[in-house]
Amino acid sequence: MSAASYLDAGMTIRSWLTTHDHKRIAILYAISITLFFFIGGAAATLMRIELATPTGDLVSASTYNKLFTMHGVIMVWFFLIPSIPATLGNFLVPLMIGAKDLAFPRLNLASWYLYVGGALFTLAALFAGGIDTGWTFYTPFSTMFSNSHVIAAIAGVFIVGFSSILTGLNFIVTIHTLRAPGMTWFRLPLFVWAHYATSVILVLATPVLGMTLALLGIERIWHIGIFDPSLGGDPLLFQHLFWFYSHPAVYIMVLPAMGIASEIIACFARNPVFGYRSMAYAIIAIAVIGFLVWGHHMFVSGQSVYAGIVFSVLSYLVAIPSAIKVFNWTATLYKGTISFEAPMLYALGFVGLFMFGGMSGLFLAALALDVQLTDTYFVVAHFHYIMVGGSVSAYLAGIHFWWPKITGRLYPPRWAQFAAVLLFLGFNFTFFPQYLLGIAGMPRRYHEYAPQFTTLNVLSSAGAVILAIGYLLPLVYLTWSLFRGAKAPANPWGASGLEWTTTSPPPEDNFGDRPVAVGEPYAYPLLERSPQRSAGAPK
Amino acid sequence: MSDTTTLPAPAQRELRRTTMEFGMWVFLTTETLFFGVLFFAYLIMRLRYADGFAAASRHTNMLLGTLNTAVLLTSSVTMAIAVDAAKIGRARLCAMLLSSTAVLGIVFLAIKGYEYHAEYVQHLFPGNGFEAVSVAGMQTFFWLYFVMTGFHALHLLIGVALVALMAARVRSGAFVAQSPASIDNAGLYWHFVDIVWIFMYPALYLVARS
Repeated sequence: MSAASYLDAGMTIRSWLTTHDHKRIAILYAISITLFFFIGGAAATLMRIELATPTGDLVSASTYNKLFTMHGVIMVWFFLIPSIPATLGNFLVPLMIGAKDLAFPRLNLASWYLYVGGALFTLAALFAGGIDTGWTFYTPFSTMFSNSHVIAAIAGVFIVGFSSILTGLNFIVTIHTLRAPGMTWFRLPLFVWAHYATSVILVLATPVLGMTLALLGIERIWHIGIFDPSLGGDPLLFQHLFWFYSHPAVYIMVLPAMGIASEIIACFARNPVFGYRSMAYAIIAIAVIGFLVWGHHMFVSGQSVYAGIVFSVLSYLVAIPSAIKVFNWTATLYKGTISFEAPMLYALGFVGLFMFGGMSGLFLAALALDVQLTDTYFVVAHFHYIMVGGSVSAYLAGIHFWWPKITGRLYPPRWAQFAAVLLFLGFNFTFFPQYLLGIAGMPRRYHEYAPQFTTLNVLSSAGAVILAIGYLLPLVYLTWSLFRGAKAPANPWGASGLEWTTTSPPPEDNFGDRPVAVGEPYAYPLLERSPQRSAGAPK
Repeated sequence: MSDTTTLPAPAQRELRRTTMEFGMWVFLTTETLFFGVLFFAYLIMRLRYADGFAAASRHTNMLLGTLNTAVLLTSSVTMAIAVDAAKIGRARLCAMLLSSTAVLGIVFLAIKGYEYHAEYVQHLFPGNGFEAVSVAGMQTFFWLYFVMTGFHALHLLIGVALVALMAARVRSGAFVAQSPASIDNAGLYWHFVDIVWIFMYPALYLVARS
């Protein structure tokens, strides 16, 4: 078992940049998206400092427009979309199904280069002076009126789209064809189910965004097209096409998060996931229904009221499989032997924040109420609860859970638990006031506001400081653990799943002999939690 | 380093073929959605400007459009036989058919280029010089016409390069032992590009010609 790990396979920069190993590519992604997370975070920091006072005293209105646009573009396309699938998914999907790599290792590396190439375009837009359209690039502002660097930004997003598509394609083919003997569909970890559904969305939705942005770019350069009403076009057509991608994109961010939560909650409750099959079906249902709800972003846009009613009903419908998942996580905890290690704290934080964000989504799915809440801070709070409170918490949960497997090192547990709690508190401190601001009527996307909103905005900005510390802490102690952390055993949590049967970190080809999957998934509490024991596959 | 090293060689090849072909089908699904946006935009705009689309469509060159359809359909025949020739190990026949396919693709692009030129001369190119503005929506039709056929031509260009590369590799004897999945995949891609045209041809050329 002391075979050289994938980390020892070559130390040079070149060996990393030309690697076909899914584990190394996952780490390339992890480093890249972390960089973008902090760039996007810097934009958010400036926004929160500006909003600490009602007057626009730090940045001008147009700078503020560029800040929230860059924050949105970077966080959505350069962090959240690739976050869990391209890092943890890349690393774990082959390990969990007992494969040596993804189906197309070279394509996997190409995806990362496309990501980096696209990212450079967006950085170019940033350095050339930014872009002020909002991350939604609504026409005709983006095609006719904006004087900022729209083309560079959408070119970046367009290119990164191909990275998404190829990653999704790779996962779909891998999960279909490279499962180990005995690894039937209903023995797959829910993490893999979630990545399968995510991949389907990546493959079906991303090309729609790509082509729509291409049409937008042509229209902007050519000054003729189909989106600008003064040219005989239809701006709603753009919104429909944009949200046909961008609503499912929310599920690209949250389905993998749900997969992580299922793995971790089962492990630290020492219970099998309650209703495994219903969990798998719920994942598929969310992916399918998620394709049919995009119009709820357009209730006030002037679309047909009948379309609005249908989209409203379908939006309520998607809450049902989401609720099934929350109920099943809760039922998994029931009579479990629960321990609150850092990954569990992050995962429970995810469940709570996701549920809270989801519930506020029901308000927005109501046609009449949405008219009041559209473009207020209520919407901002809602999607930050899902995307930051939900997805980012789950991403950190996954990083903490699989960190020993990925790096072969243990991190200081107390610091991690502290950071998890801090993140949860800081997040609520930052974003809960924004719900109240939204209900009170504060519009989003302004750099100044009426004085009566001051108290809640100051609270939100203060919370953002705590949140920022919550993000920086893991960066510090996880980096520390790389050099000083104790060596990790193969299965430090006593978790089930094939990825825990190999060494930490895994050898270059993942497993010595091809593993065989036996029995039901999540065979808890069969395994003893003991750092010495390295068994993993259910006996 | 794909997941094949522990399997015997024939099973490895079989798995490789399965993953390659599966991957191609998933890719073509993505492509369908990519072109789907264009057809959706066409549908919406045609509903809005039925008369304009009918009037503008009469300005397209139906003779050349039909000829191109025939060229492309013929190229799909040569491609289909090439794939079968590869399967039964007829390398020279396969190479010849692949080359014919690529040549037919180039013929299509040449005719399309000539059409574009003629349309440019007739001021049918959207923008300030556009002249046929008698009915609202005509310019929108031509904008979509150029974008749709342009994206199609781009795909065909990639197909020509791909098929020409296959032909060269077959001729050099690289694929003698057995037919590789890459020829099957080139075939799938080629037929896909062909099918896209089969939908574009009536939408752009035949709309108002009853």
